[in-house]
Amino acid sequence: MRTEVSTYHMTAGDDGSPIQLLSPDGARHRHERYDRYLADVEGDDGAQLLVSLYEDMVVARRVDAEGTALQRQGQLGLWPPFVGQEAAQVGSARAVAADDFIFPSYREIGVAYVRGVALPDLVRQWRGNAHSGWDPYEFNMAPSQVVIGAHTLHAVGYAMGVQFDGAETAVVTYFGDGATSQGDVNESMVFAASYQAPVVFFCQNNQWAISEPVGLQAHVPIALRAPGFGIPSVRVDGNDVLACLAATREALERARSGNGPSYIEAVTYRMGPHTTADDPTRYRDANELEDWKERDPIARLERYLESRGLLDDEVRARVAAKADKVGAELREATIHMPDPAPEDVFAHVYAGPHAVLERQRDHYERYQSGLAGAHAEGGH
Amino acid sequence: MTEQTAPNTSQMTFAKALNAGLRRAMERDSKVVLMGEDIGKLGGVFRITDGLQKDFGAHRVIDTPLAESGIMGTAIGMAYRGYRPVVEIQFDGFVYPAFDQIVAQVAKLHFRTLGRVKVPLTIRIPFGGGIGSPEHHSESPEAYFAHTAGLRVMAVSNPQDAYSMIQQAIACDDPVVFFEPKRRYHDKGDVDESFGLDAPDGLGMGSARVMAEGHDVTLVSYGPLVKTCLDAAVAASDEGVSVEVIDLRSLAPVDYATLEASVRKTGRLVIAHEASQSGGLGGEIAASITERCFYYLEHAPVRVTGFDVPYPYSKLEFHHLPDLDRILDGVDRALGRPNSLSGTEEGE
Repeated sequence: MRTEVSTYHMTAGDDGSPIQLLSPDGARHRHERYDRYLADVEGDDGAQLLVSLYEDMVVARRVDAEGTALQRQGQLGLWPPFVGQEAAQVGSARAVAADDFIFPSYREIGVAYVRGVALPDLVRQWRGNAHSGWDPYEFNMAPSQVVIGAHTLHAVGYAMGVQFDGAETAVVTYFGDGATSQGDVNESMVFAASYQAPVVFFCQNNQWAISEPVGLQAHVPIALRAPGFGIPSVRVDGNDVLACLAATREALERARSGNGPSYIEAVTYRMGPHTTADDPTRYRDANELEDWKERDPIARLERYLESRGLLDDEVRARVAAKADKVGAELREATIHMPDPAPEDVFAHVYAGPHAVLERQRDHYERYQSGLAGAHAEGGH
Repeated sequence: MTEQTAPNTSQMTFAKALNAGLRRAMERDSKVVLMGEDIGKLGGVFRITDGLQKDFGAHRVIDTPLAESGIMGTAIGMAYRGYRPVVEIQFDGFVYPAFDQIVAQVAKLHFRTLGRVKVPLTIRIPFGGGIGSPEHHSESPEAYFAHTAGLRVMAVSNPQDAYSMIQQAIACDDPVVFFEPKRRYHDKGDVDESFGLDAPDGLGMGSARVMAEGHDVTLVSYGPLVKTCLDAAVAASDEGVSVEVIDLRSLAPVDYATLEASVRKTGRLVIAHEASQSGGLGGEIAASITERCFYYLEHAPVRVTGFDVPYPYSKLEFHHLPDLDRILDGVDRALGRPNSLSGTEEGE
């Protein structure tokens, strides 16, 4: 049962730089290890797939912009923008099979979009109509998790169950650089390694945990921690959709083939605020954002598509029209979303009967009908 | 020789009864898995899972790394996947690293997902004092969990209930925090194994039990103090006081119907628990019974509890823990008989 320590290491470029398959100017870099996971995007057959990645990223960005606008207009209580992280979210999510299971944080709205979640369910919790949106079992994706890092343990437990079932399903959990300081994330890596659970840890290092820079969380590249737990890791350019797609495919293959967990650090940037309640101008330099705009994930893919002659005016127009349509639908669905019924405050607390809660519900119903009676009588 | 009182009844320890109940639950449902520290080959530090890994395999009796939050969080993931995990927390005072996963995740997941994700998780916690242990090994943290919406909380007091109630907890589709009084683990009692989910007297999950009938005062307790209360009732009867002893069994929700019926009869209520007083179960029960049965009460409800102190070192623990005499003193207060507070407003 002895394991060679050298089995576990961090894969990265020179000096720990992220693996990059598409540079910001849209140039495609060959990579011996990861190119084999991109066979389907090469050549003419890959055109459709590449354009669909582009489409997902553009539409996801529109969903995000719409979410921010809806919050500003009072239609949502809060919104956690993911602008700038479209390559990390779309690239990784597109690698995941339908029967794989995803455990996201709260910012993986782009992942949920790729997963096929209905538009109103992307905003439901941010409007305050429920604490979650979609049915986890319909999309094989857990609800968004607000407690930082707590869900990474759920992912590992699910993966342990998969393993006990003898299934070939894999599990992916998303979290940010801030979460890597949490005990739960570290414990989840201990458990994943101990049981060789088929799970992929996908860390979007977007440089900021609200106002705290990643340097406050980690003194070394975040991906460097995983080998210490016995988990191979890779540091990829999180604004490079091909690198994210390839690294996630490799990790999923490792999980499905019984070779245990993997860790991916996607180095990206949170171009917006932490949430709509945040003001990043208080803590970060405007030049930093300008620097990262040069590395924009969508602009980069556009340049690559152009270089392959895959992005003509017609494609641009079609994708823009799709984004407009999705944006309009999301807006309509949000504005017309019916409020939950008052009695829903008592619903689903328990799966079975609960006499104490039922008494409170009955009392509240009496109270409310009493109020209605008082109003009908023209009382106070 | 064990004394046979019914064809399927045998004398067994509390610990053995729990073991038998776990075994029965695992036989009934292949999705039942046990998780915890040292529960495999060792059978747990209290041997509650003795022999189960040998019989059911390492995938169903899972020795985990020493990380309580990790155990709880991965158990939630197992529940997502359709399993029915039973987590052992080694000692009461070690549950706190898992507190976030219990109160923020286990308790809320069904509500969060509008009922789409069930968390049929059982969290077994040996609790209470009286065994001379060091710090963190003798606590009574039940009120934290009883206060948390989404959890059910049970406490067992005797081997027969241990056998039945652990099966009820496991079969329940809601998460259950299941408190086992560690100082009673070696107590023996009759256990009828022919009953599965229901106790021999037909009591299902969530019901309190009248352990001894009486008409002067209602004495409510749970877990380790039920036995002490029964002893107190015998002692009181020597003085001509008839005490009705109720074992709550379910701490959340509390079976108020059974309590109300008793208090309407006796007009007096004493609640005894090891846990500290402020914010404890006793206060909640006193308030609820006062609201529901005010015109039946002859005296304010009386609490006999541990003090509002961190659990003391073992040389002092029997000053902290309510014992038979302190419980009888509480009974005297409820009856207006001479008591430790006589001469004060509270004691009259």
